[in-house]
Amino acid sequence: MSVPATAPPRAAAPKRPTPQRRSTSSRSRWRNRGWVLFFLLPSAVPLVVFTLAPMVNSLWVSLHDWNLVSPMKWVGLDNYADLLTSDDTWRVLGNTLFYILGYLPLVYVGGLGLAMLLNRALKGRTFFRAAYFLPVITSWVVVALVWQWLLNPSNGLVNQLVQPVLDGLNGLFGTDMTAPGWWTDPQWAMPSVILASAWKDLGFVMVILLAGLQAIPGDVLEAARVDGAGAWKRFWHITFPLLSPSTFFVLVISLINGFQVFDQVYVMTGGGPSGASQVVVGQIYDLTFRYGRAGDASALSWILFVLILIVTALQMRGQRRWVNHA
Amino acid sequence: MTSRFNGRTAALVPLALVGVTVLAGCAQGSATTTTGADGKTVVRYMNFTSNDGHEKDLDTIVAAYEKENPDVDVQVETIPYADYFTKLQTAFAGKTVADVVDLNYENFVSYAESGALAPLEDVDAAPYKDTLLESFTHDGTQYGLPSSYSNVVLYYNKALFDAAGLEYPTADWTWADEQAAATALTDTAAGVYGDFQPVTFHEFYKVLDQAGGQFFTEDGSASAFDSPEGVKAATWLVTKPGTVMPTEADGSSTPDFDKDLFSAGKLGMWHSGIWMFDALSQVEGLDWDIVVEPGDASKASALFTNGVAVTAASKEKEAAQDFAEFLTVSPTAVDTRLASSWELPPVADEEALAPYLEQTPPTNRQAVLDALDTVALPPVLAAQQEMQDAINEELSNAAAGRKTVEQALTDAAARVDQLLG
Repeated sequence: MSVPATAPPRAAAPKRPTPQRRSTSSRSRWRNRGWVLFFLLPSAVPLVVFTLAPMVNSLWVSLHDWNLVSPMKWVGLDNYADLLTSDDTWRVLGNTLFYILGYLPLVYVGGLGLAMLLNRALKGRTFFRAAYFLPVITSWVVVALVWQWLLNPSNGLVNQLVQPVLDGLNGLFGTDMTAPGWWTDPQWAMPSVILASAWKDLGFVMVILLAGLQAIPGDVLEAARVDGAGAWKRFWHITFPLLSPSTFFVLVISLINGFQVFDQVYVMTGGGPSGASQVVVGQIYDLTFRYGRAGDASALSWILFVLILIVTALQMRGQRRWVNHA
Repeated sequence: MTSRFNGRTAALVPLALVGVTVLAGCAQGSATTTTGADGKTVVRYMNFTSNDGHEKDLDTIVAAYEKENPDVDVQVETIPYADYFTKLQTAFAGKTVADVVDLNYENFVSYAESGALAPLEDVDAAPYKDTLLESFTHDGTQYGLPSSYSNVVLYYNKALFDAAGLEYPTADWTWADEQAAATALTDTAAGVYGDFQPVTFHEFYKVLDQAGGQFFTEDGSASAFDSPEGVKAATWLVTKPGTVMPTEADGSSTPDFDKDLFSAGKLGMWHSGIWMFDALSQVEGLDWDIVVEPGDASKASALFTNGVAVTAASKEKEAAQDFAEFLTVSPTAVDTRLASSWELPPVADEEALAPYLEQTPPTNRQAVLDALDTVALPPVLAAQQEMQDAINEELSNAAAGRKTVEQALTDAAARVDQLLG
């Protein structure tokens, strides 16, 4: 569900080839269009059958009361009204937002750092590039289980390292600090998920930014160096602006994936403890398959869809101000 | 020369393919096939009860049925309990549901209410234990047949009791006795815990009954567990983790944690179902027995009933019902269940249970039947899963100290009332 899309940055929509023949009669246009559709077939059929058709269907379901078992009952917009006035909806939206706010900076800054590091003539950098990308192609279930063990509050590796340090500090300052309860403590459940997610997606962000870094012409940086610009100035005034298309791509994709976060939450915390880490997609799943409220779940899916649409549209508009399409 | 396969034709291909795929999907949808390749009537049976250890026993029953009915082919699909109801719902939604399906008592009501089950006509009631048969009626109509039942007892590890110099639990025990023994048995340094009772809905309604409380008001229109008895019951459950029992952070809610702990000889007492007999009897060197669970104001034991129902969409209702009756009370089914301690068969004839009582371990099998004298049935409403989740969540809030017991119960009651409303 949150598998990062792997389209290249700045993927421009393929332009319609300019007609070869002089005559652009409507008939030959139609002929071309037919072939275009034919070649789109391998992706168009699955898209229609497994994405577009279910989407339209879910819009229909969202206007009904349906427990998957009895016949559907028309309720109009009631599901939407109920959801928008329900505390649960706002709670899961808040949790999802919290996730995004924690995850996005962490994964971007981390990915950028790694990309900068591995952009240098480092010994064994091919190995490191592959190593950091490995979590990206690993199943979320495996990653989430490993992190669940690492962050086990009583016998996980992380707390076995943290607690002695805290004990030392406690001895010095007379405080009483204990290692976090991670996924058993409502306050730490979401940070646990954020940590695991950032770790897993770091490699993806790194690869995109690395490609962006390598596209920056060496002579520009060289010229700046000759002019006496220090490392920080070169990064801030040259590298970072020229990297902005890649940054933009990473932000859009990560934000969309962030809104759709599910797998890691489902495996690591199950949305608990007491709903503290429940996210929108998790709620959609529970509504459908635990509570038999497919109508509500479909309505919530559409609310999420519209939300993502608005946020992405705003990003697209906003990009003109800061994305440097050199 | 112009190609016959021009652009216009090409454009139609995606449409045609979409059409074919949709049609294929529909065909799958009505796949409740009636006759197999060899002309036999096919009855599909989806179950969770045989999962994890009794698949072969189910095969034995099915083979016996097919031998008696050579024109019927029973196709069994076994799903783990954790995934069963998700799978069942999707099968209903996708119109691919089997002819005969397993349902437990708690979930039976919502399915019967949904009109998803076929009424069963002319069921021979004589072989069935009448209370069990009755629990699968809805609005006076028989919509299911009980297939097995089980209850929860107190398991105890004799070696640990001996080592601590304690008397074994008896049927007269109360919570106070259990508490004292649990405290004496617990030795966290050695990884030994005195007691294990899950802090969940399925324990709560029972201990509530033991404490003398009610889950719903008499007319069932509102919750009634936010009471002094409720507080007492919840307190009894939530004070165990972290004192005489491992906490959630120790992993207590992970699958098989309790079973592994008891099997390893590191658990003094364990509240669990009689479905564990078979697995525990195979643990080498473990000396254990059972007793009816301790009570408080009164005794109360959980009774879990599984049943089978014929789905309304089935095209072979008659054959399906015939198989369902065979599966539940035929001599083959009863014998197979008893021989493998696969819960208890729902038969009226108590003498039929004699072979079950003769087996050991546990020595005190009579406790299984004694526990049936005072039964606490699970409270049931249409939004069953939502209610159970709400209770579980609030109880775990209390157990983790995030809320007081009183606050957790008040909040749980409000949530349950909203589901009733």
